[in-house]
Amino acid sequence: MQDWILLLVLLAVMTAAYHLGRRRAVIGAGGPSQVHRLHSLPAYYGLYAALWAGLPALLLLALWVGLQDQLVLMLLQAQLPEEMTAGLSEGRLGLLVNDIRNLASGAMLSTEITPELQAAADQYARLDQLGQWSMWTAVLALALTGGWVAWGRTHPGFKARNQVETMVMAIMVLFSSIAILTTLGIVLSVLFESLRFFSMVSPLEFFLGTLWSPQTALRADQVGASGAFGAVPLFTGTLMVSAIAMLVAVPIGLLSAIYLSEYAPRRLRAVAKPVLEVLAGIPTVVYGFFAALTVAPFIRELGQSVGLDVASESALAAGLVMGVMIIPFVSSLSEDVINAVPQSLRDGSYALGATESETIKRVIIPAALPGIVGGVLLAVSRAIGETMIVVMAAGLAANLTANPLDSVTTVTVQIVTLLTGDQEFDSAKTLAAFALGLTLFAVTLVLNVVALHIVRKYREQYD
Amino acid sequence: MRSGELARSQESRETVGDYSVPDARMRCRDVEVWYGDKRAIHGVSLDLGRNEVLSMIGPSGCGKSTFLRCLNRMNDTIDGCRVSGSIQLDGEEIYDRALDPVPLRARVGMVFQKPNPFPKSIYENVAYGPRIHGLTNNKTELDALVETSLRKAGLWDEVKDRLDAPGTGLSGGQQQRLCIARTIAVSPEVILMDEPCSALDPIATAIIEELIDELRANYSIAIVTHSMQQAARVSQRTAYFHLGDLIEVGETNQIFTNPQHRLTEDYITGRFG
Ligand SMILES: Nc1ncnc2c1ncn2[C@@H]1O[C@H](COP(=O)(O)OP(=O)(O)O)[C@@H](O)[C@H]1O
Ligand SMILES: [Mg+2]
Repeated sequence: MQDWILLLVLLAVMTAAYHLGRRRAVIGAGGPSQVHRLHSLPAYYGLYAALWAGLPALLLLALWVGLQDQLVLMLLQAQLPEEMTAGLSEGRLGLLVNDIRNLASGAMLSTEITPELQAAADQYARLDQLGQWSMWTAVLALALTGGWVAWGRTHPGFKARNQVETMVMAIMVLFSSIAILTTLGIVLSVLFESLRFFSMVSPLEFFLGTLWSPQTALRADQVGASGAFGAVPLFTGTLMVSAIAMLVAVPIGLLSAIYLSEYAPRRLRAVAKPVLEVLAGIPTVVYGFFAALTVAPFIRELGQSVGLDVASESALAAGLVMGVMIIPFVSSLSEDVINAVPQSLRDGSYALGATESETIKRVIIPAALPGIVGGVLLAVSRAIGETMIVVMAAGLAANLTANPLDSVTTVTVQIVTLLTGDQEFDSAKTLAAFALGLTLFAVTLVLNVVALHIVRKYREQYD
Repeated sequence: MRSGELARSQESRETVGDYSVPDARMRCRDVEVWYGDKRAIHGVSLDLGRNEVLSMIGPSGCGKSTFLRCLNRMNDTIDGCRVSGSIQLDGEEIYDRALDPVPLRARVGMVFQKPNPFPKSIYENVAYGPRIHGLTNNKTELDALVETSLRKAGLWDEVKDRLDAPGTGLSGGQQQRLCIARTIAVSPEVILMDEPCSALDPIATAIIEELIDELRANYSIAIVTHSMQQAARVSQRTAYFHLGDLIEVGETNQIFTNPQHRLTEDYITGRFG
């Protein structure tokens, strides 16, 4: 539509307001040679006028564009003749309204064009047109009013700079609160959906039950739909995969960090660090099919050749690959904290006749340990929340097992399977995803807070 | 500078004074140090006697720290640093290919400009060296060694009740004495100190200076200092460095009252540096 033309006009009004406001200030001060008598630089008076002209009008425009359609449709429905709407269900009514709109804009219809339909479409077009015109009028009137207010306030002693700074700050506060409110909204929605879930399934069953079988019966006689929501197998599965991943990532990541920061010649470091960072840049879906198609079959064959029974989607395969994915995370965080250990501590140790490895073992690692622990905790929270690898390489069966060669499933995998495909949004099955998500969120949040706290405390020690 | 002075100051970079002492603990001859292509020390010869404090003074960047770091091969840890010439400890060439710098550093200890205790307890700071060198056989011996070292560093009475407290929690002067105790604990023959008081207040400085004087009974000490008063107070011999050259060396008294070289005199009287 022509909303963007209105936007352009509004910009033009703002530009005009800028120049007028600036000019008024300069003239009020007694001409260009007298601008030093102004409280602020002339440009601030211009900006002040432009902001007054633009901001309220822009806000109104945004609101109007968001609401006009609904208003028009409401009016339209109220005006539809009785015989058209009589006996129509909510869904049919929606379809009818859609047809009217499509007819008005010349698109395809689901029914034939009847005279009544044509009349309604014309009515819709009229209402829409009316809405457009009132929007133009209202927005432009507001812009001019804003400009006029700013005009009235502009005089040489007016503190335009302070006002502009306050307004700019208000704009920034607005934007940052959008980010914060979005987060808050997501958390609250997850929380409320979880509460709905817990009103159907007791938290005790969810957190302590050992049977996970979320298929709820759609019909009373359906088979294989027990609807059990004991999440313990998911928690243990997540724990096992994450533990295997950390068993891979922590030693390799830590040792490579130590090697790179303490032993490696500078030229090797220049090559090795970017290579590790490339590892961090590989999309997790690539790791996922690597795990599912290469590592898992390999482990199975290896197991079979020594007479072990290995599931084709074993926790081991998923954990190993996830560990590889996390290596760069652990190594770069550890390297940062190791490098943050002051050189003077190394010198102090060497000067006592300690070797390099003694210095690393007894001085550098202990000094860097809090930071390393923080980094590892961050890595754990990544491992727990990691989804793609486990979706592809871990199984779906919620086995309660301690055997890494078995197939297990994780919280993230179950969230994915609960929500993919067509779902009813009020069944316990779907809502269970929110409860799982909330649990996941709580655990990773705690891990991150603890980790950041440890890292920050450690940083303070040497600054 | 007037042209006469210029000529005079340039006429000789040969060391004035007797750089050798009989029965020296450390003996350096024609030591040159390069950082990459840059020569930081130009053929310095200097002896460190037994039971003496030798102070090294000179303007910033003249190579005092560099020279000091040669004496326990701490320069080995700096990329691109090369040392030539001869440096002997009790007649043994320390830059010999066959010699391992690690045990050497236990024999020639070092105290740094900024106190650098390990982020461990006071006890562990002192026990660090004896532990890695296996100097004691059991906990009792180690306890005794920690105590004597702290006593020698004049810190025992202040910390004996809180040996488990972190060393980093001490005051600056106490930290520096802890570092000295840590060095003493491995029974070195020589202690090198690079401006050990420059980060300390006057009272802590006075305590350390007193300590240095006591330590002379058992160790040879080479100390770099920015303060000429300090050099005068603690040392028996003084060496004046200038742009990588050893200009003059002699009895501390004589250097401060009757310097022979023009550059030394300018520095002492505050006309330079
Ligand atoms: N690690 C280093 N790399 C390169 N040049 C250095 C290094 N350390 C010192 N130098 C140079 O060597 C010279 C002597 O430095 P230094 O021994 O620290 O002087 P001083 O301790 O007397 O102030 C200076 O010119 C300095 O720039
Ligand atoms: Mg120095």
